[in-house]
Amino acid sequence: MRKKTFVGGIHPFEGKSFTEKKSIEILPNPKSVYIPLQQHIGAPTNPLVEKKQEVRAGEKIAEVNSFVSAPVHASISGTVTGILDIIHPVSGKGKAIVIEGNGEDSWTDAIKFEDNYMDLPASEMLSRIKEAGLAGLGGATFPTHVKLSPPPDKKIDVAILNGAECEPYLTADHRLMLEQPQDIVNGLRIMMKILSVKRGIIGIEDNKPDAIQTMHKLVKNEAGMEVAVFPVKYPQGAEKQLIRAALGREVPSGGLPMDVGVVVQNVGTAKAIFEAVSSHKPLTHRIVTVTGPGVKEPKNLLVPIGTQFQDVVDFCGGLTERAAKIIMGGPMMGLPQPNLEVPVVKGTSGILVLEEDQAHLPVEDPCIGCGRCVEVCPSHLMPTALQMLVSHGQTLEAEDLHIMDCIECGSCSFICPANRRLLHEIRFGKRKVLEMRRKVG
Amino acid sequence: MSEATEKLFVVTSSPHVRDTDSISKIMWTVNVAMIPALVMAVYFFGFKALWVTLLSIAAAVVTEGIIQKLGKKPVRVHDGAAVITGVLLAFNLPASVPWWMPVIGSVFAIAIVKELFGGLGYNILNPALAARAFLLASWPVDMTANWTSPRGGTISGIAAITSATPLNLLKQSAKIIANPSNYDPAQVQQAQEAIAKLSSSYTHLLVGNVGGCIGETSVIALLVGALIMFYRRVIDWRIPFTYIGTVALFAWIFGGTEGLFTGNWIFHILSGGLILGAFYMATDMVTSPLNAKGHYIFAVGLGILTVAIRVWGGYPEGVSYAILLMNLAVPLIDRYTVPKVFGEVKQ
Repeated sequence: MRKKTFVGGIHPFEGKSFTEKKSIEILPNPKSVYIPLQQHIGAPTNPLVEKKQEVRAGEKIAEVNSFVSAPVHASISGTVTGILDIIHPVSGKGKAIVIEGNGEDSWTDAIKFEDNYMDLPASEMLSRIKEAGLAGLGGATFPTHVKLSPPPDKKIDVAILNGAECEPYLTADHRLMLEQPQDIVNGLRIMMKILSVKRGIIGIEDNKPDAIQTMHKLVKNEAGMEVAVFPVKYPQGAEKQLIRAALGREVPSGGLPMDVGVVVQNVGTAKAIFEAVSSHKPLTHRIVTVTGPGVKEPKNLLVPIGTQFQDVVDFCGGLTERAAKIIMGGPMMGLPQPNLEVPVVKGTSGILVLEEDQAHLPVEDPCIGCGRCVEVCPSHLMPTALQMLVSHGQTLEAEDLHIMDCIECGSCSFICPANRRLLHEIRFGKRKVLEMRRKVG
Repeated sequence: MSEATEKLFVVTSSPHVRDTDSISKIMWTVNVAMIPALVMAVYFFGFKALWVTLLSIAAAVVTEGIIQKLGKKPVRVHDGAAVITGVLLAFNLPASVPWWMPVIGSVFAIAIVKELFGGLGYNILNPALAARAFLLASWPVDMTANWTSPRGGTISGIAAITSATPLNLLKQSAKIIANPSNYDPAQVQQAQEAIAKLSSSYTHLLVGNVGGCIGETSVIALLVGALIMFYRRVIDWRIPFTYIGTVALFAWIFGGTEGLFTGNWIFHILSGGLILGAFYMATDMVTSPLNAKGHYIFAVGLGILTVAIRVWGGYPEGVSYAILLMNLAVPLIDRYTVPKVFGEVKQ
């Protein structure tokens, strides 16, 4: 079978060997957790707890009455010691509920497995997902129940699970597919019921043959489910590129997957969907790949949300002498962190530590028009032309050249032999376009 | 907060990893790829060829260094781009030129064509070719009249004909055959014989023991270099193959002396500067279009112009003017070949 893919893309150093053979370990509860009020795209939540209040793990501690939002739950049991300003790994700063652990690990009583969960109506399933605070675990953290509630005029016919994990170094999804494949399949079955679709696809890159085999064995006997294998290429796991590869459908420019009848969720999210629907289990923990040359003992860890990077890294033997850059996520789209006092959030797929020699951007040379950025752009843009326009302040022209279609995958900056900061300036240009649109009204 | 970490880490925007290729790696690969052709040139035309090449390189590098220093810009002669210009200019000169011509040519190429327009990445024309055109316009005799006879071959590539380079022989013969009444029958017969013998020159054209500019004669050596560039992904197949294919097609249609579809297209491919131009100069990243569709348009334009000049123009060879003309069209081509965006909706 010819493996399907998309046009464009790059082949960065995979770096998966640091952790791909390492089973998921459970991080012991840290002394304190710092749980941000905002860990999803949408309205920020308001705290439901007060200082000195005792909480149990799994207890809801913040929510907001808005559809596009996700409540937040305690990940350890203990005492609320305050609601503080912290360094937020995504937005830079934000408020977080601080819980000091009592060492008991006692959980709320609500979490109970129900055998007949598949008999629940779709609406009940959705409300359990919302109640559990699910947000896309691939990193984008869009509230899961919103994605699973397409407007009635959008006819959905396929649910896709994203197991591509195309970001170099990250292996959290890979390990999950190997260690808890049944939970993922159960989650997909729930998704298919909620969306009332007959077809479910699990997309995996071919650098994970063991995961492909494991998942394939399980879905063989599941009606309508299949595994789709893609060649290794970044950004194969980008939503639109994944849909293109799996189904040959192109999400229209400016549109969403539901415009072509598809809903995509990450495999980790699927597992969380299963736990939320079958057991009322809220999203309190997630798998984090702690990796890179700057970490002494790279691991895949199950981490309570709100755990500071410092605690996670300490459990992995600490940093090397030459550690110089801390990235939340992978090396292509990950967010750099100023220090280790940031908490793990719902979107923390990895903590990647690079050493001195990789930490700094190389010197920028003039563009020689090689066209490689144009060749690799998965959105088929002309990154070098966009950069030129943005740097000359020609925002309108950049918009005409579809700057807003950039998915910020970074392939252009990666491939550029002149080391130009293509994505950096394109991001800036996108903000200028948004500002301009706001002004025009 | 827990005990504060004193250390602050590096923060830059993503992506945090980069491909290891660089401009200097690309440029030096091209330089290495030109060594086989230089070696063959020295063998066929003597050390004069090496001398001209070295002078040309030295002048290009020194000029670039001085101008960057004067302009208070970072001196970046080590990136290898000026060396390419020097070698390519020499490759486009006869080995017999006086020593000062490669020097003047390189100064012109770097100072006027490249640095005056903003330096690396900003020049509109291929510097070496623009300099060649400048030298050809200024000192036409030195550029075209004194071809060095190659070791183990004749200037024309055909035994017993020593007067002209292969393409010039074709041009003169075709001219005579087109208007036989203007010439005496012996000349006409000679011209017809020359045309008939063109195919006997193939081996010489491949090896390179024919008359011509320093770096253009040995097709085999140039192809070896092209393989190096393909392997290192410095050039793409689209421009050279489309260019050569277009030349073959149009030379076959219009290049014959007995009417349409009688042209000797193999001869057209192997002779003159086509192989050098197609693989080493038309592929210059700075002066060629950005994307695939643009490459095809650019290359077809090159092919048509080359054949037009060779068949109907005043010069026997058209490669360098074709490339210069198409260089000028690149901004226009780029403008009209913006790729279709992923998921673009028809309006």
